Amino acid sequence: MSKAGITVVTADPPAPAVRRLPRRRGIELALIVLAVLLSVYGYCAVGLARYGTLPPGAAGYGAGLGVLALMAHLTVRLRAPYADPLLLPIGVLLNGLGLVLIYRLDLETPGDRAAPAQLVWSTLGVALFILVGLLLRDHRVLQRYTYVCVVAALVLLTLPILFPAVNGARIWIRIAGFSIQPGEFAKVLLAVFFAAYLAANRNALAYTGRRVWKLQLPTGRVLGPIVAVWLVSVGVLILERDLGTSLLFFGLFVVLLYVATGRTGWIAVGLLLAALGAVAVGRLEPHVHSRIETWLHPFASIEAGEGANQLAQSLFAFAEGGMLGTGLGLGHSFLIGFAVKSDFILATAGEELGLAGIGAVFLLYGLLVERGFRAGIAQREPFGRLLAVGLASLVALQVFVIAGGVTGLIPLTGMAMPFLAQGGSSVVTNWAIVALLVRVSDSARRSRDEQDVP
Amino acid sequence: MTRHIRHAQYFCALLLVALLVNAARVQVVQAPSYDRNPANRRPDIARYEQPRGDIWVGGRPVTGSRDTREHLRYERIYTDGPMYAPVTGFASQLYGTTLLESSEDGVLSGADPMLAPFPLWNDFTRARNAGGDVVTTLNPAAQEAAYRGLSGHKGAVAALEPSTGRILALVSAPSYDPQPLSGNGSAAARAWRRLTADKDKPMLNRAVRQTYPPGSTFKVVTAAAALDSGVVTDLDAPTDSPAPYRLPGTRTRLTNASKGCADASVREAFTFSCNTVFAKLGVEVGAADMTASAQAFGFNNGELRVPFPVARSTFDTTLDEAQLALSSIGQYNTRATPLQMAMVAAAVANGGQVRDPYLVERTTRPGGSTLAAAGSRPIRQAMYPSTAGLLRAMMRDVVEYGGGRKAAIRGAQVGGKTGTAQHGLGNSGIPYAWFISWAQGEGDLLPRVAVAVVMEDAEAKRGDISGGGDAAPIARAVMEAVLKSP
Repeated sequence: MSKAGITVVTADPPAPAVRRLPRRRGIELALIVLAVLLSVYGYCAVGLARYGTLPPGAAGYGAGLGVLALMAHLTVRLRAPYADPLLLPIGVLLNGLGLVLIYRLDLETPGDRAAPAQLVWSTLGVALFILVGLLLRDHRVLQRYTYVCVVAALVLLTLPILFPAVNGARIWIRIAGFSIQPGEFAKVLLAVFFAAYLAANRNALAYTGRRVWKLQLPTGRVLGPIVAVWLVSVGVLILERDLGTSLLFFGLFVVLLYVATGRTGWIAVGLLLAALGAVAVGRLEPHVHSRIETWLHPFASIEAGEGANQLAQSLFAFAEGGMLGTGLGLGHSFLIGFAVKSDFILATAGEELGLAGIGAVFLLYGLLVERGFRAGIAQREPFGRLLAVGLASLVALQVFVIAGGVTGLIPLTGMAMPFLAQGGSSVVTNWAIVALLVRVSDSARRSRDEQDVP
Repeated sequence: MTRHIRHAQYFCALLLVALLVNAARVQVVQAPSYDRNPANRRPDIARYEQPRGDIWVGGRPVTGSRDTREHLRYERIYTDGPMYAPVTGFASQLYGTTLLESSEDGVLSGADPMLAPFPLWNDFTRARNAGGDVVTTLNPAAQEAAYRGLSGHKGAVAALEPSTGRILALVSAPSYDPQPLSGNGSAAARAWRRLTADKDKPMLNRAVRQTYPPGSTFKVVTAAAALDSGVVTDLDAPTDSPAPYRLPGTRTRLTNASKGCADASVREAFTFSCNTVFAKLGVEVGAADMTASAQAFGFNNGELRVPFPVARSTFDTTLDEAQLALSSIGQYNTRATPLQMAMVAAAVANGGQVRDPYLVERTTRPGGSTLAAAGSRPIRQAMYPSTAGLLRAMMRDVVEYGGGRKAAIRGAQVGGKTGTAQHGLGNSGIPYAWFISWAQGEGDLLPRVAVAVVMEDAEAKRGDISGGGDAAPIARAVMEAVLKSP
């Protein structure tokens, strides 16, 4: 770690004043303390609302979350001192809030507690964050593993086909009682692959190849691998019926291609492909077709006398929340039934924290994404830029797909709300994303700081 | 490249704005319609989350709540359910509410904004008040006497306090237990199917929701109209009425069940219930005065609430003379609820004044403080006080010498009127037996109770004055119970 510049003598008046970039680790620590306190407060609010007393595990929960956050903070302090101070606190707050919501929903299903497992997974996630912070000294190292990443991603995506379907989708593998969603990990690996490949080939993609009318088509040799990978991943996902993730990969692919080449044509082609795919899948696949019907007419099942479906129940939950919410622990989002702790976790937030609450949650995600983009812009080499943009877009798209789905904005596709939702693979993956963003943001500012030092 | 990253950034900002706008749409704009959606169970869950307030009779609650630990947590329970069902109605999680459970639902469920500590307080805190209680005017002894009297029969009893309009007893038979309907399970659905399929209609509140031809009991109204309009000045003068009486403009001859009705005086005709005399009397009074008199007693009023709605008792206003003659003896289109006929008896007992009956003495907050008390009801003068005095004497004669002897109570003044109402196609149905009466105890300044009893299945031969046989003893039991109460 190069800290040579810190001891520069500034006492000499005629010497040009050297302005060090502030490291802002104190701000990060303060925000982390705030995030932990907010989470503990939420935990206590649930207990007070339900039983009139502080829940017995409040101190343990606060201490656990606090220790995890502090260890992550120390890692950042040691190994990424220039990192953006908002990334880690946002992760801690969202993770803490997710634990509160899951704990709250556990009260409705006494036989099926998910919060303890989620806490274990959160610990694993923070451990991965620390591991990345300690081992990955420079994100550019990842460029060496471009093809390892893509092979690993494809293997992870194909693996669940060998396992039995759960709730109509083949996206889980069950090992020793734990169910893992390998597709979640594949997201990060694919983002790394796309970033590395596009960084290496962006000029070829942008400037070579035939020109047809106004569109400049790239040479097949450059585009081939990337389209092949994309087709395989999307194909696998359609086979596994995990359409949310497939939409996510597609979005990631188009955004990175556009950022890397600056060709508007790519967006046109991408949207055309997406539209064709959507129409075809919507027509042919009954599973997807029913999702679209539900989205267009969420109350059709009520009028047909079959009771409210999950989307209708979710909308009822949001509506009950209104502006300020019912208060933690006082809503009835459990009426959604299946997947209330995972895909529909936002409905609980919407009902119990109100529009004010989920507005705040959305803004937290927005802030996380914005800091990711900012790290990308601050970077000077293309791989880091594309990696940061890719990871930030991944979060943005995932939030949009699932939050838009449960609020009736777009057809519902099963997907985990980053950090909030129950699901180990998702939490671990999101901590990896934050770790990589911390790493990229650190290297961007550090390189600038080092250049400024005479 | 930076420029393109910015574009991607704008795109993400657009997604964020879309999410926020859509969340506002769902949570604020569409929320009221989603909240009202029948498939949304939240209003039900909130409603049953706390015990419902109770309905009180004579110093003790006749309702309660049971904690089921289900999503719809508290269920209604009843003590003496069948006896009080015509008052309480039911409060079902599946089938809604009826009668007092329905009309006082706001207080009982806690939704009434008057229960809130401050205006709009609950809208702000999302709190729900504990349910308040409803205290009824019922006299439990009278209610029980009426319920026992009607057991095994089809019919109804309504009893009032003449000076105030307080309802002292309200019984309908056969009755039902409302408790099995309270829940939301298959047991409730089974009970509902059984009760709605029952041909005896146990859930019909015959005392207020069913009208019957009042038969001879309506002669009280006709007599009042005749006296008030001056058609009759001397009760003991012969009335120059033939028996049988040919209905004006027809060849139909009206006969009597009792003998000695030709040229009988009004007093005799009242005591022995001569149809011919009163039919002729009605025609002499004329449609306009008969209608006015009937309406003064409360007929043709569809707006009466006690607080649940009472069926409209009718006296036809477009009549030819033959129809008027029949209407004047409580036939043709004249129909009355038992409660309406109790009001007729009460008017006589109360010097000609009628007060609208009511069932709720007061509603209270959970602590017991009064939320709203029944104010005094508006008075209608149904007849001159002098007319009421004469009618009181005639009604006492019925009990002393006429068909109402079984209603007599030792040591008390009792006035009554029997009735037998024919009905059905060609008068083929079993006649309805009526008895209306009032009673004043030895030390009382005013009559304390007026009662109407109707039985659909009295053991009577057609044309017989059966009201005195079967209905009068029930009326007597009810009146005795009231007079004995402190």
